[in-house]
Amino acid sequence: MLQTITSSLPELFKAGFMYTIPLALISFAIGLLLAIVTAVIKLIPKPEQPAAKLGWGILQAIFGFYVWLFRSTPLLVQLFIIFFGLPNLGIQFPAFLAAIITFSLNTGAYASETIRGAISSVPQDQWEAAYTLGMKTPQVLARIVFPQAMRIAIPPLSNSFIGLVKDTSLASSITILEMFTVSQQITAKNYQPLLMYTIVAAIYAIFCSVLTYLQHRLEKRTSKYIAKEGGMN
Amino acid sequence: MIKLEHIDKTYADHHALKDVSLTFPEHETTVIIGPSGSGKSTLLRAINLLEKPEMGQLHFDDLTVDFSHPITNKLRFAIRRKSGMVFQNWNLFPHLTVLENITEGPRVVLKQSKAVANQRAAELLALVGLPDTGQRYPNQLSGGQQQRISICRALAMNPEYLLLDEPTSALDPELEAQVLRVLKDLAQNKQSMIVVTHNMEFAELVADRIVFFEAGEAIYDGPSKAFFEHPTARVQEFLNAISLK
Repeated sequence: MLQTITSSLPELFKAGFMYTIPLALISFAIGLLLAIVTAVIKLIPKPEQPAAKLGWGILQAIFGFYVWLFRSTPLLVQLFIIFFGLPNLGIQFPAFLAAIITFSLNTGAYASETIRGAISSVPQDQWEAAYTLGMKTPQVLARIVFPQAMRIAIPPLSNSFIGLVKDTSLASSITILEMFTVSQQITAKNYQPLLMYTIVAAIYAIFCSVLTYLQHRLEKRTSKYIAKEGGMN
Repeated sequence: MIKLEHIDKTYADHHALKDVSLTFPEHETTVIIGPSGSGKSTLLRAINLLEKPEMGQLHFDDLTVDFSHPITNKLRFAIRRKSGMVFQNWNLFPHLTVLENITEGPRVVLKQSKAVANQRAAELLALVGLPDTGQRYPNQLSGGQQQRISICRALAMNPEYLLLDEPTSALDPELEAQVLRVLKDLAQNKQSMIVVTHNMEFAELVADRIVFFEAGEAIYDGPSKAFFEHPTARVQEFLNAISLK
C-alpha cells in the first residue's frame, strides 16, 4: 500500500500544480475582477441625465441577467455547454480555456453578490463624508469603501475560493488532466479506488487547509483598525 | 457668499422645506435652531448637495445650482470644494489613522504632497488640542476627540464655509464643551460657519446670526442679539419649552 501511495503521489501533485491550482487561481482572479465590476455596476445608481440613465439601466440589466444565469444553472452543465455545446455555433475553445471561462464566470456571479453585500454594509455616512471632501465616486470606492468592504467580504470570498478549488475536479469531465482525472487513471491500472480517491481527497484537503490559513492571516491584516472583534464575550 | 432662493423639498409625505430663501454672509457664524424634523439638517445638507431639493436655486459665490435640473458632476465637485462638512456622528474613516483621515482629502483631491499635507494636519491637530493622536485609529479615541478630528479633516480642505450638522448632539456635556471651544475659536477667527445645533448657550455665545426653523420654514432670520433679547412670541415659546428655568 505504501508503495502505491509513494508511486502515485508525484503524479497527483504534478497534476495538482499543473492544472488544479492554476485553474483555481486564474479563474478566481478573473472571477473576482468580474465580481467587483458587476457589484459596482449594480450598486451605482442611475445618473439623472436621460441618455446616461438609459445606458446605465441597460448595463445593469445585462449584468443582472448574467448573475441570474450563472447562479441558476449547474456548474457542470455550464462547463458542458461552453466546451461541448458552443462548437455547434462555431465557437471552439481548448479544454483548459473553456474551464477557465466557465469557472471565472461562475465564480464572478456568486462573488458579485458577496461583494455587493459587503459594499452595502459600509455605512452611507462613509460615502457622504468622502463626497463632502470632494472625492469622486471611483476614488470613494477605491480608497474609502473597498478597504472597509474587504474585511467583510474575505470570509465569504474564501468560501467561494475553497469551493472553486474542489470544483476544478469537474474539469475531469472535459478531458483536462487535473488531479481527479489522474487519480481515476491510476485507479484504472491498480484497481484500488478506495485508496486512490482517499489520497486525492487528502490532497484537496491540504490545498484547502493552506487557503484557510491564508484567509485567517488576511482577516487579521484587514482588521487591524478594529479595536476588538465584535461578538459575544 | 451662500444664497438660497425658493428652496422646496418634499419627502414621501413630509414637506421638509417650504420655499426657503436665506443668505449666509461670509466670515460670520450663522446658527440654525429649531425643533427636530423642522428641516434644519435638510437645508444644511442641500448646501453640500447631499440632498437634492426639487426646486430652488443655490448661489455659492459665482456658482449657481438650479435644483429643478440635473446637476452636472463638474458643478457638484466645484460646490463641494467650497465647503467642508462636519457630521453629527463625525463619520471618520475607521480604516485610516487620524493623520490619514485628515490628509486624505488634501492628497487625493487637492493633490498635495505627503509632506505638505502632513505638516498642515499637524498644525490642525495642535489647533484642536490633539497634537499626539496622528498615528492612532479613530476608534481608539473618545467621541469628543473624534469630532475635533473631523473638524480638522474638514478644515484641511481650506473650505470657505464650514457646515456643521448637530456636531455635539452625540456627546456628553464635557466632551461637547471641548468641541464647542474649538468652534468658538474658529468663529473668533472669522471662519464662515453654518451650525445646526440644539445648544442655546453656544448659539447665544457664538452666533452672529440666528435662523429659527419650524415646519420647513425659516420664521426668524436675523441678528443673534435681537433673537435672544427681543424674541418674538413663537421664539419665546420655543426658548421656554427647552429651558428648565
